[in-house]
Amino acid sequence: MTPASDPATATSLPIGSDADLAWVRHQVRQFAAELGFGLVQQTKIVTAASELARNTLVHGGGGQARITPLRNGPASGLQLVFIDTGPGIRDVELAMTDGYTTGGGLGLGLSGARRLVDELAIETEPGQGTVVTLVAWVSRASAVRPGSG
Amino acid sequence: MTAPLPVPGTPAVPVLALGNILLVTLQGDLHDGMAEQLQQDITERIAHSAADGLVIDVSGVDIVDSFLGRVIAEIAASARLMAARTVLCGMRPAVAITLVELGLTLPGLETVLDAARALELFAQAPSGAGPDRSEGGT
Ligand SMILES: Nc1ncnc2c1ncn2[C@@H]1O[C@H](COP(=O)(O)OP(=O)(O)OP(=O)(O)O)[C@@H](O)[C@H]1O
Ligand SMILES: [Mg+2]
Repeated sequence: MTPASDPATATSLPIGSDADLAWVRHQVRQFAAELGFGLVQQTKIVTAASELARNTLVHGGGGQARITPLRNGPASGLQLVFIDTGPGIRDVELAMTDGYTTGGGLGLGLSGARRLVDELAIETEPGQGTVVTLVAWVSRASAVRPGSG
Repeated sequence: MTAPLPVPGTPAVPVLALGNILLVTLQGDLHDGMAEQLQQDITERIAHSAADGLVIDVSGVDIVDSFLGRVIAEIAASARLMAARTVLCGMRPAVAITLVELGLTLPGLETVLDAARALELFAQAPSGAGPDRSEGGT
């Protein structure tokens, strides 16, 4: 089953400042609400997006976020891609470990974000940059019917 | 609580002094720089006032990520060093669920449901930052 992602509906946002992070959160929230994600799932997705966008800014030296609505039969989802051309991640498995940080953070960004969404994939090459892709699907239990909230 | 309406992207961070207590109302989307500024402002307010209690109301906050979580924990830690006790209140259910899954449980931070209960807590124990409140450096 390959979900249909229509590139025409993708939205690209720059990540270069604090204010950009806030705008990414705002836009992700907007898309998630429109796709019918419930409040808890919306909160999880926006939080995950915030973690990854901040990594793109802080560790990757800036880049961009791409937001794409997904459709797979009756299921709706959201794909978020965070792209930078920074230093890359040398040891992805280590970076995914709870508490691992090279920057004085809590080291919960990557590992925590993975728990908040359905899929998280990292493509990275030292010196070439990092691309992190998140996918979340509207869960039946938490879906809001359009118009009900 | 009379708070100004949150304007998306440009949140005000009102800090209200109520006797010996500072009430901080976070709302909207806090930029990273603003959160750090707030930490500095609050610590200075505590230093320059007789405040021995700090209430952080997060009822207007719709996400707490690891950055904001860390700022809140650090505000509480510096308040403790300034002999003030911090109580967090008003966390939304969706935010609480997300924080636990993220792995950020804010250990050592006292929480109550709403600002009224936070103020009650201080009314019961006026000098909350006493020596019996050394709850481990987590
Ligand atoms: N886009 C990126 N480019 C380069 N390195 C990255 C990138 N994203 C993450 N990393 C590396 O992975 C480590 C773990 O990231 P993670 O987000 O989990 O923690 P953190 O950002 O250090 O702290 P926190 O997110 O909890 O504040 C980072 O310290 C950094 O070394
Ligand atoms: Mg991070």
